[in-house]
Amino acid sequence: MADQLAIGSRRGLKPALPLLLPAYLWLTVAIFLPLSAMVFFSFMTDLPLAGKEWSFTLGNYAAFFSQSLYSTLLFSSLRLGLEVTLWCVVVGYPAAYVLAKVLKGRSREAIFLLVILPFWSNGLVRIFSWAMVLREGGILDTALNAVLPFKINIDLMYSYPAVIIGLVHSYVPYMVLTCYLTLQAIDDSLIEAGRSLGASRRQVLWRVIIPLSMPGLIAGAALIFVPVVGSFMEPRILGGRTGTFYGTIIEDQFVAVFNWPLGAALSFILLAVVLIILALAAPVLRRAA
Amino acid sequence: MAGVQVANVSRSFGAHKALDDVSIDFADGGFYALLGPSGSGKTTLLRQIAGFDFPDSGRIAIGGESVERVPVEKRRIGMVFQNYALFPNMSVADNIAFGLSVRGEPKATIAAEVQRALDLVQLGKLGGRKPHQLSGGQRQRVALARAIVTKPRVLLLDEPLGALDKALRVDMQIELKRIQREIGITTIFVTHDQEEALTMSDRIGILRDGRLVQEGPPEEIYDRPQSEFAATFLGDANIFHGNATGSGIRLPDGTTIAASTGASVPAGAKASCAVRPERIRISPGAAKPDPANVNTLTGQVSKRIFAGNNSTYFVDRFGQTLKVIVQNTGAERLAEGQPVVLSWSPDSTVLIAA
Repeated sequence: MADQLAIGSRRGLKPALPLLLPAYLWLTVAIFLPLSAMVFFSFMTDLPLAGKEWSFTLGNYAAFFSQSLYSTLLFSSLRLGLEVTLWCVVVGYPAAYVLAKVLKGRSREAIFLLVILPFWSNGLVRIFSWAMVLREGGILDTALNAVLPFKINIDLMYSYPAVIIGLVHSYVPYMVLTCYLTLQAIDDSLIEAGRSLGASRRQVLWRVIIPLSMPGLIAGAALIFVPVVGSFMEPRILGGRTGTFYGTIIEDQFVAVFNWPLGAALSFILLAVVLIILALAAPVLRRAA
Repeated sequence: MAGVQVANVSRSFGAHKALDDVSIDFADGGFYALLGPSGSGKTTLLRQIAGFDFPDSGRIAIGGESVERVPVEKRRIGMVFQNYALFPNMSVADNIAFGLSVRGEPKATIAAEVQRALDLVQLGKLGGRKPHQLSGGQRQRVALARAIVTKPRVLLLDEPLGALDKALRVDMQIELKRIQREIGITTIFVTHDQEEALTMSDRIGILRDGRLVQEGPPEEIYDRPQSEFAATFLGDANIFHGNATGSGIRLPDGTTIAASTGASVPAGAKASCAVRPERIRISPGAAKPDPANVNTLTGQVSKRIFAGNNSTYFVDRFGQTLKVIVQNTGAERLAEGQPVVLSWSPDSTVLIAA
């Protein structure tokens, strides 16, 4: 008994250190240091390259507030994030439900593979293949005109819907996976209990299954919303002129304009806004989960 | 409340016949145990009555109304699941309220009914707790309250006490029986525990390989089993195999065993006899046999197991091991290796057709 207590009291951070160290060392080197450098850059007037003159300034952050363009773009990016997340729920949740509760054995594995496939394909390849599908005279246009008796023009390329389609395709696996995990953990007897108490399948869905799968929905939404708000690849390639979002502006600062300090400042404003949104939503989300 | 009639119900899963032409009449207000080993079809039968699964053929009626194609949510049944299946995201009160709430009952009615159900299962003050904050026995009570608060026509219990430890299980058996009597609901109870079936139910149905082996009150099945399986599955039994003589059987070694209960088997046909271990008198080899106990065999004690209030003797006789249970009356205990005489009455001997 005394021995057991002694062992119990020794349990603490110390024995866990060798396990934690590699991950935190890696995080420090690979993420924290570059990010710190970026924080540093965001307060500079210019990059300290090629002996250029530079000094500290708040101007990069002030730029966000002085030009309405940035906040407008940030707002449309937040809306994009929200819409893509919603579509991912609409598309991903039923798929996760079927995977977790309807399919068994090999058919489940096969469908699962199809869901995960976008994960394993290169992002650019994925987006350009959508371009082939969505453009005028593309696969979708040709296929629909081959079937339909009248002539229609489907040219979704370089439009807002194209951006949504591309982003939903890229991010829906997150929603399927997180929802699948929570749905699978729901015991089938809970569904049967609900029905034995007189609840229709729909009532069981709304009152039992969806509340119990909230943690998965929330985790999926967080995994999707945050990167989509900062996304630039899909908006640029599939959105064309309409695809100007907060993420593409940041990208421009880094690869086109070479105004790294402004790009860094805009990134940290995005990070702050996202953190504020998550913090505001936390009490609601915690109650739901 | 209503009785349940199951008539000629069959259900197959692929090549496996889970239920094979099963007919049982569950009387209104009765407490009925479906007993059988795992894979015997007892849970399948319960699921047909509940409506989670539909029979391939046959009829199921609740209160005289055919329901074999009615989905579970329309059958007005109450069910308690083996793992309780309480909704983990809801409080105890919300769990119990669920059935009333999906029906759209007014809030005040729901609150009153929930409290009454909580009081009935003696959990009056625990309505605000979450299921994970309850003990196993308390969860069991919540599951029961949830199942009966909607005033179902039948209460179905799927091995509800299986997850409880022994002492709690006995408590819950008494409790369950009390509540069942109090509301007078027709109750069908699936179990593989023969003791539970004996102590709790008015009638027992024994299932094996999807077929109903025997059905009747516990005393009848215990005292007059109609098959070796029923005799050995419900309680312990010594089985003798031989040929019918008209008033008993003759063993291959020529010994006759008289039996005055059970089936009537034409003389010469293969038959067996079942004798309960507690009906056999065991006495030292030198003692005089009791004249009332016509059936007499000699043997040798091979093992004795002392269990406090009784002792079990294993007696070897021509390669067969017989079991005898003797109450601890303070009489002389027999030693292992001692020659003994076993005797019992024909009234305690049940003839079973092979």
